[in-house]
Amino acid sequence: MRNIFYLTLLITNLACSADTVVKLDDANIDLNDGLSIQRGARTYINYCLGCHQASYMRFNRLGDIGLSKEQIKEHLILGQQKIGSPMLNNMSKEDAESWFGVLPPDLSVIARSRGADWLYTYLRSFYRDSKTATGWNNLLFPNVGMPHILWEIQGVLTLKASDLDETRGELAVISKGHLNKIEYDGFVRDLVNYLVFMGEPARTLRVRIGIVILFALSIFLVLAWILKKEYWKDVTH
Amino acid sequence: MSFAKLALRWVDDRFPLSSFLKNHLTEYYAPKNFNFWYFFGSLAMLVLVIQIVTGIFLTMHYKPDASQAFASVEYIMRDVPLGWLIRYVHSTGASMFFVVIYLHMFRALMYGSYRKPRELLWLFGMLIYLCLMAEAFFGYLLPWGQMSYWGAQVIINLFAAIPFVGPDLAVWIRGDYVVSDATLNRFFAFHVIAIPLVILGLVTCHLVALHEVGSNNPDGIDIKKHKDKSGKPLDGIPFHPYYTFKDLVGVVVFLMVFTLIVFFAPEMGGYFLEYNNFVPADPLKTPDHIAPVWYFTPFYSILRAIPPLFGSQFPGVIAMGLAVVVLFFMPWLDRGAVSSIRYRGVIYKSWLASFVISFLILGYLGVKPTSVWGQFGNWLDGADRAVVVARVCTASYFLFFFLMPWYTKIDKTKPEPERVTS
Amino acid sequence: MIDEDTRRKRRILVLGTSAAGIIGGLGAAIPFIASMAPSAKARAAGAPVEVDLDGLEPGMMITLEWRGKPVWVLHRTDAMLESLEKIVDKVQDPSSAAPMQPSYALNAHRSIKPQYLVLVGICTHLGCSPTQKLAVGPASGLGEDWNGGFFCPCHGSKFDLAGRVYKGVPAPVNLEVPPHMYLSENSLVIGEEKEV
Repeated sequence: MRNIFYLTLLITNLACSADTVVKLDDANIDLNDGLSIQRGARTYINYCLGCHQASYMRFNRLGDIGLSKEQIKEHLILGQQKIGSPMLNNMSKEDAESWFGVLPPDLSVIARSRGADWLYTYLRSFYRDSKTATGWNNLLFPNVGMPHILWEIQGVLTLKASDLDETRGELAVISKGHLNKIEYDGFVRDLVNYLVFMGEPARTLRVRIGIVILFALSIFLVLAWILKKEYWKDVTH
Repeated sequence: MSFAKLALRWVDDRFPLSSFLKNHLTEYYAPKNFNFWYFFGSLAMLVLVIQIVTGIFLTMHYKPDASQAFASVEYIMRDVPLGWLIRYVHSTGASMFFVVIYLHMFRALMYGSYRKPRELLWLFGMLIYLCLMAEAFFGYLLPWGQMSYWGAQVIINLFAAIPFVGPDLAVWIRGDYVVSDATLNRFFAFHVIAIPLVILGLVTCHLVALHEVGSNNPDGIDIKKHKDKSGKPLDGIPFHPYYTFKDLVGVVVFLMVFTLIVFFAPEMGGYFLEYNNFVPADPLKTPDHIAPVWYFTPFYSILRAIPPLFGSQFPGVIAMGLAVVVLFFMPWLDRGAVSSIRYRGVIYKSWLASFVISFLILGYLGVKPTSVWGQFGNWLDGADRAVVVARVCTASYFLFFFLMPWYTKIDKTKPEPERVTS
Repeated sequence: MIDEDTRRKRRILVLGTSAAGIIGGLGAAIPFIASMAPSAKARAAGAPVEVDLDGLEPGMMITLEWRGKPVWVLHRTDAMLESLEKIVDKVQDPSSAAPMQPSYALNAHRSIKPQYLVLVGICTHLGCSPTQKLAVGPASGLGEDWNGGFFCPCHGSKFDLAGRVYKGVPAPVNLEVPPHMYLSENSLVIGEEKEV
């Protein structure tokens, strides 16, 4: 019976994918901006890694964005982890579930499932909400389980009183953080840039190899074309 | 005598190498008027080889275990040297296989390549297509992402809609009460060995049948009717060197398109690799929007278009199955006097056009939620526009086949030429 | 009919295209060959191993794992080092002519610092791991004239306290000295060497 239920549910009712209608802002990702990705990596390690592992990402892969082994060891690896080990934390599943209700997701490929613009908008859409367990809410992800970890940096925002419709809300600053709005946008962009890099570290290499192969194939195409032309002279129509 | 000739003679005394090459390449005569549409047969072979080779290397690193599968795919993408490339080629190859096969099948529809004496050739081809769908379906579970998991869940549950035996059958297919490790393990076995073996056998049969009856051509006429004194068809040319070298050009162009996708857009905007499949499978949480991979969406749309009967999805499932099965009967549904679309009348051309358009619209609707075009106002009680369109397209899809014996007969055809035109 | 010029032109074209095709084919093989090399995971697991020599008293030996193989670090006493001289005529390759050690361990004691011996504990015969027989004389169970060393239980190969193989045993060459270097006075790292 449950099967039938699933089937009916899935087939007849796929209409309900209506997310909130928040417009996503352009994150303006640039994977050739190594410094931005490096700053993002530091932010990720300082603010995110405590809860969100990146268990498919090894520290030494940060070499791809121009960091030396020594820099990675000195500035980015916390505790006793080796340079070849993945980015893990010490949070147990039980602790995580008792604190947040769910295990904070692994962020290795989060940029590939959510997309850069979503992440960029999400991290800038937290606001104070006394109705939730954490005291925080998010325009893009209503009733999100994660509190606003970066509030000291961004400052505290609230929904404008005139616009309490949460699907189209606008936020207003009620207390300032370490960074102003433009600086905070840049800070989040760096982090998202890093998350995109981490989602597919081979991406820049991929594009470079692709150009070489296209070039080689186009030479081969000319050869093959001349060969075909030459032989098809025999064929009369 | 040179060493190469001696070696060849040594082999020929023991294995029919020279005669094989003669019969199938240098003295296999193909019509000289093949056009663009005739590239896709050899391209399908190429993609098959690409899939087998990349697949073998992926199995060296992939783990068919529910607790490790997702991680092992990321391991391939990151830790295995150039593993990402092999994986992208395989995932792109899966979609490109269907692109090539759909164009190849469309060619057959246009030029009547399924007609006598090529009925068996067509049936072998259809069986390959069926196996390919099974292969793609089994393979899609392996990355063990959310779309893998829920896609498999939905498709397997289609079997549960079969009256009486359905629920037990679905459990048997899964080997569990939900899609689980057992399901993954058996899908792996089917994907990497069972189905590929069958496909290889069928491809061999397809080629043997082709070389027995000879290729059709865009004029849909028999080139063996006019032969020279030595018995060679006047309108035929040896496959090698003419078509090997022509196909080589096609192969390179195809590889360039393939390269563009693999290296610059491997996700193809979420159609070749779906975004939600980068979230590990979670049996407790269904994604908001589930759509099959694009090559299944026309059939999925047909499934959704058929309303449930007595609370059962079974009619939809039947319709979806029938949409594929009906293609098998093409050789016997077509009663036209001519084979090629070049000499068919306006009736057949219109039906074929409406079939193709319906197929494309159904494919498009299959990746979207049913609310994609909003609702009608008061008209039709405010039904979803997309649902109504899908039903119209489903009807036109089936009518193309069901009415074919009739409309091909009354169609006003043009006379076929005696010899092939260029 | 095809004339000679056309024939030659076609032969050149076919050869050229085939050559390009072969190069392309070889290029296409690169990812498949590369994918079978050790992955980042295997390389991380086989990363250099650090050893603290502080607690390693003279005459003691520790075994650690590097790339899945046993690596021995032996703190040789002065007596042990002296014994190396005495058995020069009993070992096959006393001057370490075979390349079983990095250049910086190519000396009489086969090590960087004379007292610390670092060896891969795998017999050069068929890959068993020899057992330590550090004691001298009958206590070792290898006879009166045993000078201390290693004995492979599989086929009876014997090695001295520098990993040099004795004459008349199945093992062909000395035990391997792995790449290693000192990070500080008492800290050794195995699997990494100072860049020359």
